[in-house]
Amino acid sequence: MARSHLVEVLVGVFMALGFVALFFLAMRVSNLSAAAGGEGYLLSARFDNVGSLKVRSPVSIAGVRIGRVESIRFDQETYQAVVGMRIDPQFDRLPTDTFANIYTAGLLGEQYIGLDPGGDVDYLGDGDQVEFTQSALVLEKMISQLLFSMAEGGGDR
Amino acid sequence: MLNAIARLGHTGMATLASLGRAHLLLGAMLIGLPALTLRPRLLMQQVYFIGVLSTLIVVVSGLFVGMVLGLQGYYVLSQFRAAESLGVMVAASLVRELGPVVTALLVAGRAGSALTAEIGLMKATEQLSGLEMMAVDPVRRVLSPRFLGGFIAMPLLAAMFSAVGVLGGWFVGVGLLGVDDGAYWTQMQAKLDFGEDIVNGVIKSLVFGFVVTWIALYEGYDATPTSAGVSRATTRTVVHSALAVLGLDFILTALMFGD
Repeated sequence: MARSHLVEVLVGVFMALGFVALFFLAMRVSNLSAAAGGEGYLLSARFDNVGSLKVRSPVSIAGVRIGRVESIRFDQETYQAVVGMRIDPQFDRLPTDTFANIYTAGLLGEQYIGLDPGGDVDYLGDGDQVEFTQSALVLEKMISQLLFSMAEGGGDR
Repeated sequence: MLNAIARLGHTGMATLASLGRAHLLLGAMLIGLPALTLRPRLLMQQVYFIGVLSTLIVVVSGLFVGMVLGLQGYYVLSQFRAAESLGVMVAASLVRELGPVVTALLVAGRAGSALTAEIGLMKATEQLSGLEMMAVDPVRRVLSPRFLGGFIAMPLLAAMFSAVGVLGGWFVGVGLLGVDDGAYWTQMQAKLDFGEDIVNGVIKSLVFGFVVTWIALYEGYDATPTSAGVSRATTRTVVHSALAVLGLDFILTALMFGD
């Protein structure tokens, strides 16, 4: 009887470990935990072009990550992209004239939002909108602009 | 010439007959499953034998596979200045492929061969006939619990393998090679999808558990009841399981991640 009881206990431990491993894979390895809304306050910003920015991309200031992109949607009225950013609660002193840029980490890296603080005395709060934005750089556009400007320069000569 | 053709025909018919017996046995085992609710202890013993006793080898293998992935992945990725993606690489390879496949191969070697030898010896020593003499259906009493036990144990073992492997990759990448801890986890979470990657990995290991246990039990049940026959059946279990797992893995991968 004691032996079969031991078997039962070990099987129970085994199954529990298996489910713990599955839970670990679901919550820690995959994006299931991201579905739960984080803490912090929400800012929004309008961009003409968000490039390949994605939900959960980092929002950083001076190179330090202070939040994440929570939502990206398209506004049909203005034909702009509206990006919602969840900023960690301890970073609550962003001036109202803060500038939001979409940068690329490295040549082929992920895109992220970089904030440049302004000089205003008022701070952004929950639900506020960042007014000044700069769109993502699209490589093809830059190259075509470069080619056009080179062609024009050649014509003047 | 005619003899060669006759041999080919004989081999073909023997293979077909063997496949047919395997499916008949599968059907009998599936019919025997509901009766297990009356005797859960039989199932418990098989989960213990196939699952609990395989845990050590699966966990240790997972740890080392994850650590090797961390080393090799870092070597390649750092050449592209992309060592932050190490977590994605380690986790995706483990969850999608290596976890289910290597676990299935390990279980086939450790538990599958033992199942075949056990059933084959029961047959050789006429224990199965003895059960039948006592009006106990040997398929229902002996084979069904083993089948369900393997089916239950495999996905749990594969999940342990993947989880430990991710930790092994983390230990090498973050602990020894200096990849950023946050980047390892956040990149992983950003790129791996629960439905796409984790669930498909679990489905794979369920299929492998089904196939590996089925092959092991069939080879044992169908073994020639001699020492040599049991030994050959045990070899066949490992070979056929490995081939079936790797072949099915290709098909499943093409179906799941093909687009």
